[in-house]
Amino acid sequence: MRKHLNTIYVTTEDAWLRKDGANIVVEVEGKERGRAPLHLLEGIMCFGRIGASPALLAACAEAGIAFSYLSPIGRFLARVEGPRSGNVLLRRAQYRVADDNTRSVLIARYIVAAKVANQRTVIRRVLRDYGASSPEASQKALQAAEAWLTDTTRRIVKVTDMDSLRGIEGEAARVYFSVFNLFIRSEDPAFQFGGRSRRPPLDRVNALLSFLYALLGHDCRSALESVGLDPQVGFLHADRPGRTSLALDLMEEFRPVLADRLALNLINRAQVRAADFTCHEGGGITLHDDARKTVLTAWQERKKQEIRHPFLGETMTFGLVAHMQALLLSRYLRGELDAYPAFIWK
Amino acid sequence: MMPKPDQRQDEENLVPVSALQHYLFCPRQCALIHIEQQWAENGATVEGRLLHERVDSGVPDRKRGVRTLRTLPIRSFALGIYGKADAVELHGTGSTLIPYPVEYKRGSPKPHHADEVQLCAQALCLEEMFGCAVSEGALFYDRPHRRTTVQFDQDLRDLTQKTAQKVQDMLAAGKTPQPVWNKGCKHCSLEAICQPRRLEKPLCVEKWFLENLED
Repeated sequence: MRKHLNTIYVTTEDAWLRKDGANIVVEVEGKERGRAPLHLLEGIMCFGRIGASPALLAACAEAGIAFSYLSPIGRFLARVEGPRSGNVLLRRAQYRVADDNTRSVLIARYIVAAKVANQRTVIRRVLRDYGASSPEASQKALQAAEAWLTDTTRRIVKVTDMDSLRGIEGEAARVYFSVFNLFIRSEDPAFQFGGRSRRPPLDRVNALLSFLYALLGHDCRSALESVGLDPQVGFLHADRPGRTSLALDLMEEFRPVLADRLALNLINRAQVRAADFTCHEGGGITLHDDARKTVLTAWQERKKQEIRHPFLGETMTFGLVAHMQALLLSRYLRGELDAYPAFIWK
Repeated sequence: MMPKPDQRQDEENLVPVSALQHYLFCPRQCALIHIEQQWAENGATVEGRLLHERVDSGVPDRKRGVRTLRTLPIRSFALGIYGKADAVELHGTGSTLIPYPVEYKRGSPKPHHADEVQLCAQALCLEEMFGCAVSEGALFYDRPHRRTTVQFDQDLRDLTQKTAQKVQDMLAAGKTPQPVWNKGCKHCSLEAICQPRRLEKPLCVEKWFLENLED
């Protein structure tokens, strides 16, 4: 079994990372703050101004450890890439499918169907856990959304053109996010969700979702690169310079499962509070430094949880699922499977 | 032996000697490594790598009068292979030095012939490069800490030749064979990437997906 390895998140500005033997050492103001063996690492993510020695960067490239720089709010800036650059035959197969709308839809519709099914599962869990204690109007709204999404998954698997698929996906997102407020148990009005906003996030829930989606996107990108797929060439998301379209495609299945559920847990268990956010002039809202650490720790814990992979039937950590989906996608593109088994969470 | 005039073109088509060994263990493993550029480490591969890091100093040495070449680059245009030999001892004296390949292996002698074929492939490279017959070499296993002598007889040469051809054909076609699950799979570091049990006779994904979408 491929091992679930750790990602180190460095958030302390002006930290210095270096290699010492087979270890990574984190220094702040000349003092050693942490140390970990490289062979247990899958990735190193630096948020903000953080330095690293060339020896460490070379060792990461050699060992296939994803080393990335992100802005403090999690926007991807740069990464270190080693000499292993994947399989050109697989990429050609990927491009051929991406160039062919009819074939792209066959993958994209399963991705969207799985995403909508997973959104439905989020609602089912809310109904199961809190349904009885909710006002009747809320229960009705949740049940209606659940039924609509269930019905929509059946429509999606029959769609044959990309525009209709994108249309239905947008509709499903509106229905899902229209009841998102009912998932939130916090009494604090600061955690009112005002519909999905991204550039910038206009409320705290959106700020939290955006940060988690950035982490998820990063993991999906690494997963695709590790199997040799090109993260920039997608099927559902069209090519756009600088956009990792395939990583966005792969993320869709996991958004409700990994990011949305985690955001709700953090809010509902009061692990993040209203004061953990900064409200900027103009209405944009971002997470504070300390709260980012809380979220990163929770993200790591979430990825350590075990599940049974629906298609492979093996027990694995959540953190490995993106790798397995990337692998199954590559197997489909190489002609070993009759379709792409997108991730359905129950 | 003089290089052939079309040597440079041939150089493009050489396959690594290590691929022969991977192929004999499992053609799909060979394709995953050499076509799909996938690699994963487990305890066994780490041990093997560390063992070779110790052996591959690249510095020639001399013990009991025998000169040993370390990490020697080798190739054979006849077989279409290239690679490195861990150690090549030069036996004999004066102008009649005969290369004698010695390959270091972790573990103990194996029932399959992959290690013998790898050594024989080295011998065939050395014959072509040194222009002399190489009839014997040795595998050095760390358990027991001892040499096993290998004779490069016609059967082994034929098997090596045939394997090199199959590897070349597979890599040229760029097609990864379907997995066949067997007991060896649990020792293979690529099992998670290969998924032999699930993909040996793959489910109808479409049917699986539609069933799982309901309920």
